[in-house]
Amino acid sequence: MRELLELLVHDARRPVGELAAMLNRSEYEVEQQIRQLEQDKIILSYNTLINWEKTGTDTVTSIIEVNLTPQRETGFDAIAERIYRFDEVRTVYLMSGSFDLLVIIEGKSLQEVANFVATRLATIDGVTQTRSHFMLKAYKKDGIIMEDKEQDRRLVMTP
Amino acid sequence: MTVREKNEKIDWSKRISPVVHAVPPSGIRRFFDIAAEMEDVISLGVGEPDFVTPWSIRESCVYGLEQGYTSYTANRGMLELREEICALQKRNFNIDYEPKTDVLVTVGVSEALDIAMRTILTVGDEILIPEPCYVSYKACAALAGAKPVPVPAKIENNFSITPADLEAHVTDRTKALLIGYPNNPTGAILTREQLLDIAKFAIKHDLIVISDEIYGDLTYGGAKHTCFAGLPEMRDRTILLNGFSKAYAMTGWRIGYALSNPDIIAAMTKIHQYTMLCAPITAQIAAVEALRHGEKYMKKMVSEYDKRRRLIYDGLTNAGLKCFEPKGAFYIFPDITVTGLTSEEFAEQILLKEHVALVPGNAFGDCGEGYVRCSYATSVAKISEAIARIEHFVQQRK
Repeated sequence: MRELLELLVHDARRPVGELAAMLNRSEYEVEQQIRQLEQDKIILSYNTLINWEKTGTDTVTSIIEVNLTPQRETGFDAIAERIYRFDEVRTVYLMSGSFDLLVIIEGKSLQEVANFVATRLATIDGVTQTRSHFMLKAYKKDGIIMEDKEQDRRLVMTP
Repeated sequence: MTVREKNEKIDWSKRISPVVHAVPPSGIRRFFDIAAEMEDVISLGVGEPDFVTPWSIRESCVYGLEQGYTSYTANRGMLELREEICALQKRNFNIDYEPKTDVLVTVGVSEALDIAMRTILTVGDEILIPEPCYVSYKACAALAGAKPVPVPAKIENNFSITPADLEAHVTDRTKALLIGYPNNPTGAILTREQLLDIAKFAIKHDLIVISDEIYGDLTYGGAKHTCFAGLPEMRDRTILLNGFSKAYAMTGWRIGYALSNPDIIAAMTKIHQYTMLCAPITAQIAAVEALRHGEKYMKKMVSEYDKRRRLIYDGLTNAGLKCFEPKGAFYIFPDITVTGLTSEEFAEQILLKEHVALVPGNAFGDCGEGYVRCSYATSVAKISEAIARIEHFVQQRK
C-alpha cells in the first residue's frame, strides 16, 4: 500500500497499467486498492500543483499566526473548525510554540485578504490575536521547486 | 615545401604504440554522433543515473571550496575518507580493512581498474574476464600488456558464470580473474553460493580476483549483494573496487577506491602517485559527506530504479522481446534475435526509425551479440514512450 501511495503522491495521473507493472501486480488489483484507499479517505483528493504566477493570475497568500483561548470540552477544535470552513482558508495547522493556529489564506488582492482577516477571522469568539505575513515568493511547494533550472546534462550514450 | 606540408606527409598513426593501436575504440559510442543530433531522441543508452548528486553532498563540496580546500591530499586520499570507506565495509560486510594501509582513493573506479591491472599483470599474463562485461575491462588488460581471456556467460544460466566455465579457459599463464557483479550490461548478480564456488576456483589456481562492485548498492527484489572480499580467505586475494558514481549519482565527480592487502595497495599507490598524484580534493570532501549522510538519498534512488526496472521488464517482454529479469545495476539486456537483425543493425535502425538510442550488445563482448543494452536510469515517462516505440519497431519485424 505504501509503495502505491508513494507513486501516486508524486504523480496521480500515472496510468493503472504503469502502476501495475511497477508494483508487480495486476491492473485489477491496483484499481481495487485505489478505490479502497479513496473509500477509506486515505486518499483524499488528487491535486495539481500550478505556478499561477506564470499564467498572469494574481493571487495573494497570507500566512497568519492566530492565538486562541481554548474552550472547555472542545479545546481548539471547535474554533479551528469555524476557521477552516471558510473557502478562503487553504490550510490550518495546530501548532506548538508562541501561537496556536497557523492559517493560510488565499485571495485575489491584498485588500480582500486583509478584509477577511479583519472582519471574519479576528472577530471569531476565542481568537485573541492575529499576526499576518504576506507571502512574497514561492520557491518550493510540496517538495517541488517552482522554477527548477537543473536539467538532464548527460550525454546520450555513456558506458 | 613548408614545415606544415612536410608534417602533413608524415603518417603519424604509424608512430602510435602497437599496444594502443590494437585496442579498438569503445563500441558504445558508435551511434553517438547520430543520436546526439536528433531532437526527439529517447536515450536508453546512458550508463549513469538520471538523478543529480543529492544536494547535501553538493553543498558540502561548495562549503569546502569556500573554506579554501583546494590543495593536494595524501596520495592515498584524505584519511577521513579512507576511515569512512573502511567503516562502510565493516558495517555492510563485516570486513576489516585498515584505513592507513588497505585503501586507495582513486579517480573513479576506472582509474582503480587500470592501476589494479598494471599492478598485478605483466606481458604474457592472462586474465579471465566473464562477458558480457563493462567495456573497459579487456582494454585495460591489453594496455597493461596482458592477454584478456573472455569467458562467455549465457542467458540460460542467467548470465552468471560457473567454475566449469572458468576452468575451460584457465591456462598456466592465468594470473587473475576479473568479475563485475551486479553486471553492466546484463543486470545479473551472483549469489553467495555461486561466489563461494568462484572463490574455491581462485584458490585452486592461485589467482588474484579483481572484483568491480560499483553497482553493489543497486540490487532489487530481495536480492542482496555479497561482497566477494567478505568470503572466507578472499580479503587478501581480492582487489575490491567500488566508488560513488552509481549509488550516489556522482559520475562526473570521478571518485572511487580500491581495497586490498597492504602490499597490493602500496604497489597500486606507487602508480597512482606518479600518474594521478591524488583524487580531486573537492570530490573527496563530497565523498565523505556521501558516506556519512548520503545513505537515505541512495536508498530512495534505489527504490525508484526498482519500480522502473519492473516497468521496463514488463514492457519489453510484452513488446515481444525475451528478457532476463535484471537483479541489479540499472540495465536490461533483451534478446533481439526475434527481429532477425544483428545487435548493431537493431541499434542503428531503431535509432533512425524510432529515435530510441540504445547500445548494441556486442559492445560488451562477442557473446553480447543478439542483445541490446537498455538503461532504465531515465524517467518513467521516457521509459514508457521508449517501450511503445520499441514495440512498434519489433512488431513490424516479427
